[in-house]
Amino acid sequence: MKKTILSGNEAIARGAFEAGVKVASAYPGTPSTEILENVANYPGIDAAWAPNEKVALEVGIGACFGGARALVTMKHVGLNVAADPLFTLSYIGVRGGLVLVVADDPEMHSSQDEQDSRNYAKFAKVPMLEPGDSEEARAFTRLAYEISEKFDTPVLVRTTTRISHGKSIVFPAEPVQGLPEPNLVRDPAKFVMLPANARRRHPLVEKRMLDLAQWSCEQPFNRIEEGKGEVGVITAGISYQYAKEILPDAHILKLGMVHPLPKDLIRSFAARCSTLYVIEELDPFLEEQIQAMGIRVIGKELFPICGELTPGRVQASLEGRETVLSQSTEASLPNRPPNMCPGCSHRGVFYELKRLGAFVTGDIGCYTLAALPPLSAMDSCVCMGAGISNATGLSKVLPPEQRQKVVGVMGDSTFLHTGINSLMDMVYAQAQATVVILDNRTTGMTGRQDNPGTGHSLTGAAAPAVDIETICRALGVRDIQVIDPYDLELTRQTLKDAMARPEPSVVIARRTCMLERRGAAERKLPLFVDADKCVSCKACLKLGCPAIEWNAEAGDKGKAVVNQLLCVGCGVCQQLCKFDALGVHNEK
Amino acid sequence: MKNKVTNILLAGVGGQGTLLASEVLSEALMLGGYDVKKSEIHGMSQRGGSVTSHVRFGSKVYSPLIPEGEADFLFGFELLETMRCLPMLRTGGTVVVNDLKIMPAPVAMGQEVYPADIPAKIASSFPDTVLVNGMDLAMQAGNVRTVNIALLGALSRRLDLAEQHWHQALTGQVPERFLAENLKAFELGRAV
Ligand code: SF4
Ligand code: SF4
Repeated sequence: MKKTILSGNEAIARGAFEAGVKVASAYPGTPSTEILENVANYPGIDAAWAPNEKVALEVGIGACFGGARALVTMKHVGLNVAADPLFTLSYIGVRGGLVLVVADDPEMHSSQDEQDSRNYAKFAKVPMLEPGDSEEARAFTRLAYEISEKFDTPVLVRTTTRISHGKSIVFPAEPVQGLPEPNLVRDPAKFVMLPANARRRHPLVEKRMLDLAQWSCEQPFNRIEEGKGEVGVITAGISYQYAKEILPDAHILKLGMVHPLPKDLIRSFAARCSTLYVIEELDPFLEEQIQAMGIRVIGKELFPICGELTPGRVQASLEGRETVLSQSTEASLPNRPPNMCPGCSHRGVFYELKRLGAFVTGDIGCYTLAALPPLSAMDSCVCMGAGISNATGLSKVLPPEQRQKVVGVMGDSTFLHTGINSLMDMVYAQAQATVVILDNRTTGMTGRQDNPGTGHSLTGAAAPAVDIETICRALGVRDIQVIDPYDLELTRQTLKDAMARPEPSVVIARRTCMLERRGAAERKLPLFVDADKCVSCKACLKLGCPAIEWNAEAGDKGKAVVNQLLCVGCGVCQQLCKFDALGVHNEK
Repeated sequence: MKNKVTNILLAGVGGQGTLLASEVLSEALMLGGYDVKKSEIHGMSQRGGSVTSHVRFGSKVYSPLIPEGEADFLFGFELLETMRCLPMLRTGGTVVVNDLKIMPAPVAMGQEVYPADIPAKIASSFPDTVLVNGMDLAMQAGNVRTVNIALLGALSRRLDLAEQHWHQALTGQVPERFLAENLKAFELGRAV
């Protein structure tokens, strides 16, 4: 097939297609999201969003038990959610190959922490491949299924943001032929992990890792590139590219499999180098294991453990100097932080929560941006689902007057992800906190993916839609209000009442996301500021709407202006202006 | 001999079509027979934040990120974002920049000031600066949404790549019903 340029995520999707994958399941999470979106375009693959990563993996496991090849994808924090089935699957092994792609985000471009998922491979005792560009992403994904079936193990493929979202040239190959048809096979000694069975499986897991380590010494994915001189580098993934860029003459041992390590290969490589660097992002994962083999390497004593590597950072580290930040030579320029869209329905809710003095235990989504000024209306954010359960914990320890201030906030997708469990517990624990579900009918943050509440599948086909009110009622919540968050008065009054009530209450703020795919979001004529009426009080600026700009030159004290290109006419700012200066634009 | 890699840094604001321009750019370069790598960040940045995209091409490219201070071209979609990326440019590098200001939140809120005279400041350090009025060109092409492709046209004349590859890339990346106006915008830009 013709060469083409693909992102790492697109290339993984291609690799999965070539490998004959039948079922693909995932929860969206940057930078992993596009894998499933691309897989869905290939024929013969049943690709669907799962409500969370644990469910996604369990769906994949089911398919693999049936003898089909399955793909499961997630971001690094998603693997924490899916860790439970992963560890036991390591003991069970597979029937059809199972590959789990996990996308790490060094530098936290859009994540709450920068954990190194390679540790999971070691912890769960499963092999992990790490591609260094898009072509390897394709080839390694395909290869991972062969390894999975050959060694009876799930296989992890790890990417990082620069692989997932980087693009490079790919050479697609023809799909494999002749894979067995899925069927039912009973094998309780393998599939049922009762203690007695699990005890028999554990030695097999240990042996498998030893076999893999030995086997991988002769595989082309672990390769030595001869250089000149005495300097050697052991590296993998994107770090390999930086090493080649900065040390073009060094001998390189490029690891395609980062767990288990090909120890014999490493020993023979190390013997030829007088200086040996380990260049890797995040944890000293390779470094510690190689040191433990008694080989002296230079790693984190030079290279940063925090953030991602760049060619400049590698260069600076080698020279033993501070990394020159690319911005450092410029005078200070105004930052451009991300912001919720003009007309985003979350804005009004956070504005009112702030006014009511709520202590907001938040969650992961577009609405996490409400933590930034001017709204500054989020007081904690840990992980998906935590918005509600953090509120439960807080309300358990606070005195009554403070307890009433606690409000747990999350989106519809997060609610279906792990929020349901949290709300169940809040009711059961009889906590006296308020929950706000920001129901924008999509998974906004990662780019508007469908979820079980939207009534649509990954491919856009109609699907049964979960009814969030009914779920809340079934969990035992007695007080449930559904509001339009564009109506500030209603929002404030409803929140106030809910917060005053000494029982768990749920406020569902429902408005379609401005970016929703099907164009269901309401757009009206842009507003304008009547300069004669504007008294420069700046009340409207407190919303932080990107469409409202301050023109310091107008009048004596400046005036607000509405950017006509951005404004969607939601009218929330109109409700804030006491002077009626914000009017509706008349087209005629 | 050192493998010569050309580095292009694209800078803009989320939602401006920076990413589509970088797609067309890398596709055209691949069609022209180069090795190409491209890197960008999605996610939060799409909500009106700063967006940068690195495109590198040559006979063999390793890092997808441009080494700090080694960009040959800075291709800017907005003035402030272009200014922000100047430290990435090598001495004597070329700037192709859209004459457009988009207020970032702290400026819109009246807390900070949008820097004055950005084009002059850029040109004083980088004499090879081309200021393009992308909006004008896009309107001439008949669709304001073709600004990014008009700008790409302006950049294209400064790269070593035959015109046919650009056309082929545009045809492959732009939806058919918008193709004519995008090709027009590209031509107008190429004449700048
Ligand atoms: S994408 Fe949707 S949820 Fe996110 S900020 Fe924009 S309108 Fe709000
Ligand atoms: S709230 Fe009204 S009066 Fe106050 S600055 Fe805004 S437009 Fe002007």
